[in-house]
Amino acid sequence: MTDNENDKGKANRGDEFLQIFKKGAEFTQELLKENERLRFEILKIQEDTKPDETTGGSMDEVAQLRARVESLEKEKEEVLDRIRLVEEENQDFANRYIDVESENNMLANLYIASYQLHSTLDHQEVLQIISEIVINLIGAEEFAVLLVDEKSHDLQTVATEGVDQATFPVVQVGEGVIGQAAQSGENYYVDNLAEYTKDLESPMVCIPLKIKDHVIGVLVLYHLLEQKEQFADVDFELFTLLAGHAATAIFSSKLYSESERKLSTIQGFINLMTK
Amino acid sequence: MANYKVLIVEDSPTMRQLIVFALKRVRGLEIVEANDGVDGLKKLSSDRFDLILTDINMPIMDGLKLVSLVRNDPNCKEVPIVVITTEGANEDRERALALGADEYITKPIQTGKILEAAKRLLKLEG
Repeated sequence: MTDNENDKGKANRGDEFLQIFKKGAEFTQELLKENERLRFEILKIQEDTKPDETTGGSMDEVAQLRARVESLEKEKEEVLDRIRLVEEENQDFANRYIDVESENNMLANLYIASYQLHSTLDHQEVLQIISEIVINLIGAEEFAVLLVDEKSHDLQTVATEGVDQATFPVVQVGEGVIGQAAQSGENYYVDNLAEYTKDLESPMVCIPLKIKDHVIGVLVLYHLLEQKEQFADVDFELFTLLAGHAATAIFSSKLYSESERKLSTIQGFINLMTK
Repeated sequence: MANYKVLIVEDSPTMRQLIVFALKRVRGLEIVEANDGVDGLKKLSSDRFDLILTDINMPIMDGLKLVSLVRNDPNCKEVPIVVITTEGANEDRERALALGADEYITKPIQTGKILEAAKRLLKLEG
């Protein structure tokens, strides 16, 4: 082989090498680009999948919020329990207020009745006040007041309302419902007000009028006002009050009337003798 | 000083005293009493009232006549009237309300009801 041929061969190998090198360089370039693209993809995927700091913060906040909600729920339950307690207390106060009001009204009735009974020494006025109390405070429209006659031992009618005094039967102490109440000094009430039918000898209520244990008369009831269906607690209190206070009021007014009458007679005699 | 003036027309002193006793629980009320309808009218003609409470069955002039006269009197026709009576029948109630009564309360007397009616008609709270 000649030198010229050798030179040409060397040049061809150089070109080939250069070509291969260039291709290798291009391939490397491509590989680098592909590598870069893949890294970018990986980062992107990582960013998409991996929870970042913000998401982590939200998770913590959610946990905190849950705890807060639970605590608020507990607080709410406690507040609701307290509200329930306060409501129960309010209801209790309301009931007590109604009781106190009712008691107050009852005491007012008793006070006025007692005050009125002792406001006069006029016998007829006392009987009138007893009638007013029975009509306006108890709500009876047919009744009578009977007093024991010390001489005959009869019960004589001294005041009536809705009942004809002239037709009222003479009652002996110890006889019949009225007489027995006068003798025993015990209050008498019919068992069933609704089923009661008027009978002058057998009233629906008998209240002996007593000064201590001494019965001076009886209050008898026959009919209540249309709107009054049954007795209330205050009525029984009023019956008790009438039993004692009406008796003393009647007795003292009777004594006063008698003493006034006697005084007037004595004064007449004195005037006659001194003239 | 009294804010409201109330006239009680009732022949029974016991009832009058009880109504006065009930109304005295309201502050600012001045209470004037009359024995019957005529006495009530006299007091109405000489003074201004914010509320009238009247019985029906009274001597000289009954409560219904009083209600009727008050409602026809230009000087006091606007004054609210409460009727307090033993008459519990519906026709009695309707008659009283038709004549111009604002409230109809039946006996036996319940001070609580009177107080409630007075407060309502005087537009007092509580």
